Amino acid sequence: MTKLRHWLGTSDIAGIVILALVILVVMPLTADIFRLNLIGKYLTYAFVAVGLVMLWGYGGILSLGQGVFFGLGGYCMAMFLKLEASDPESTKIQSTPGIPDFMDWNQITQLPLWWEPFRHLPFAIFALLFVPTLLAFIVGFAMFKRRVGGVYFAIITQAVALVLTVLIIGQQGYTGGVNGMTDLKTMLGWDVRTDSAKYILYYANAILLFGAIFLCRWIQKSKLGTLLLAMRDKEDRVRFSGYDVANFKVFVFCLAAMLCGIGGAMFALQVGFMSPSFVGIVPSIEMVIFAAVGGRNSLVGAVYGTLLVNFGKTYFSESFPQLWLFLMAALFIGVVMAFPNGFAGLFEDFVKPWLLGKREKKPETPAVPPVAPVTMQDDDVSKTVTTRTVDSGDAVSAPTTGRMGPATA
Amino acid sequence: MTASEIWNIVMMQGFAGLSLFSVLLLMGLGLAIIFGQMGVINMAHGEFMTIGAYTIFLASTLTETYAPGLMPYYFLIAIGIAFVLAFAVGWMAEWALIRHLYRRPLDTLLATWGLSLGMQQIFRSTFGAKEVSPTLPEWLMGSWSPAEGLDIPINGLFVLALTVLVAGGVFVMLYRSRWGLRVRATVANRTMANAIGINTKKTDRMTFAIGCGIAGVAGAAFTTIGSTGPTSGSLYIVDAFLVVTFGGAASLFGTVASAFGIAQAQSITEFFLTGSMAKVITLLAIITILMIRPQGLFALKVRR
Repeated sequence: MTKLRHWLGTSDIAGIVILALVILVVMPLTADIFRLNLIGKYLTYAFVAVGLVMLWGYGGILSLGQGVFFGLGGYCMAMFLKLEASDPESTKIQSTPGIPDFMDWNQITQLPLWWEPFRHLPFAIFALLFVPTLLAFIVGFAMFKRRVGGVYFAIITQAVALVLTVLIIGQQGYTGGVNGMTDLKTMLGWDVRTDSAKYILYYANAILLFGAIFLCRWIQKSKLGTLLLAMRDKEDRVRFSGYDVANFKVFVFCLAAMLCGIGGAMFALQVGFMSPSFVGIVPSIEMVIFAAVGGRNSLVGAVYGTLLVNFGKTYFSESFPQLWLFLMAALFIGVVMAFPNGFAGLFEDFVKPWLLGKREKKPETPAVPPVAPVTMQDDDVSKTVTTRTVDSGDAVSAPTTGRMGPATA
Repeated sequence: MTASEIWNIVMMQGFAGLSLFSVLLLMGLGLAIIFGQMGVINMAHGEFMTIGAYTIFLASTLTETYAPGLMPYYFLIAIGIAFVLAFAVGWMAEWALIRHLYRRPLDTLLATWGLSLGMQQIFRSTFGAKEVSPTLPEWLMGSWSPAEGLDIPINGLFVLALTVLVAGGVFVMLYRSRWGLRVRATVANRTMANAIGINTKKTDRMTFAIGCGIAGVAGAAFTTIGSTGPTSGSLYIVDAFLVVTFGGAASLFGTVASAFGIAQAQSITEFFLTGSMAKVITLLAIITILMIRPQGLFALKVRR
């Protein structure tokens, strides 16, 4: 326990325990099996969000193609399940029994060779872990070694997402096209559509998610995590200190991709289908907002953020469909402009000092985010020539010069 | 097949490529200013194009109802209005959103994505979820056949002409005007530009708004080719970014060259393969080239 405490910290343990209570006890007790399955689906997105916390919050790399890895993991699992669901017995009305139905509809008479290994579960699991990771490695290695980062990386990942979507939709005979792979029934003879199976899958998913959180937390607390943070804030200094920055970036990108793959596979298992609508650009950016709302620096926050945004989406698109996009727009803009650290940041700034203040000394006044007031002030000042060199767009770092920032005592 | 038939196929295929080239370039030009010059990731760029498209639709409906006699002329005026409207919205967006985020490019990306979602919903609430197309003036319809068996659609020619006009205009503005000088000075060295008395904030706002206005013109031109829906803009956004990135972000000539290259590559592969595979191969080629040469085809030589 002391060792656990050593690398987690008391507040971390508290946060994770509360999250565990919510997910493992409160949710299953209060929600019926339909809702619980829905929550299970949201929690598969949480893998992506946790990966993004590592990649974006800690590594400072924004990928807009996480849906690609989610989709690849999902498709690997779905291919295995689909093959099992299309045994010759249940597909005997097809012109070629024994192959998935969408292949039959597209006049394909023989199972393509690259589908064959997916008859075996161990291979499928291996593939869902390593196909996303391998793709992430190739993309990451090529880009980070050339010191491409920031917005260019975001654009390239977006292009990758577009390529994969077009490919999946275009190659209908091999991938199921727009509809994706539907009617997934059993895993090794175990019917995944029954209520009891849904409970088991929910818990399996939750436990895997906690495994992922612990792994990421461990990485954050290790020297590697410190390096990632340092790299995010001052990349050049880390490079000048003798570290090969690119390797760390590739590593964290691969880690995030692998987590996405697990999430995707659990998605396919719990929801019973996989389609290109989880691969493209729009879902990929939506996944970024899950992490951003929860707090891009907080693993636990990202899970809450995922749940919250998805509950909101389900509720609003059922009840007030025209409001949902406005709300989503407000979320994106608000999270960027007003609270860049999401709910976790709000918690750290306001709730935690208040909680601690009850027991300990007076809370520190939460730091006012300097961004908004400074830029406003900038704009007024920019009319005079003398201050221009300072206001040149150095809005965020301006206060450190002490010349025109908000009164810092 | 006779030689003249082959010649006709080559000509029409070549024109299909040119047509795609003008579409890509028109999309990319506004972004070349906003992203290429200012470095702002404007994910709402497609929605600014949609503003232009809906302006044309509105103008055509109004003209048809109130002044049917003006039908042949409305289109040209409406393109002007599309520019002004998109310019105005861009101006406001810069003032409300973008200017606070110049130091945080990745956050700009998310904020403008939010903006695009909001704009999509506004379009949907105003014009409905269905795709609409304006009634085009007579002179934009049909095709021009300079020779037997050779048909060149007039709307394609129109978009091509407009593209040449806009590209020429952007070139003149960027490289031959005071504004362009200020923009390039700000891009090259913001602090120094400030020091010699250029109001970079004003320049930024103007630049962003002009880029949005050009997007509006692009959207207006696209109504001659396809219909417009609330989410039409999002279809273009990745292509537009790739055109600009592939050409080399800060180089206008690069944008033209990359639009040409991408369009020809895609229309030639499309001739031999299915549309989706052609797209996949073109995109993969772009991604691969960008991985090998991240700065794009024509990189501006700047000391950073």
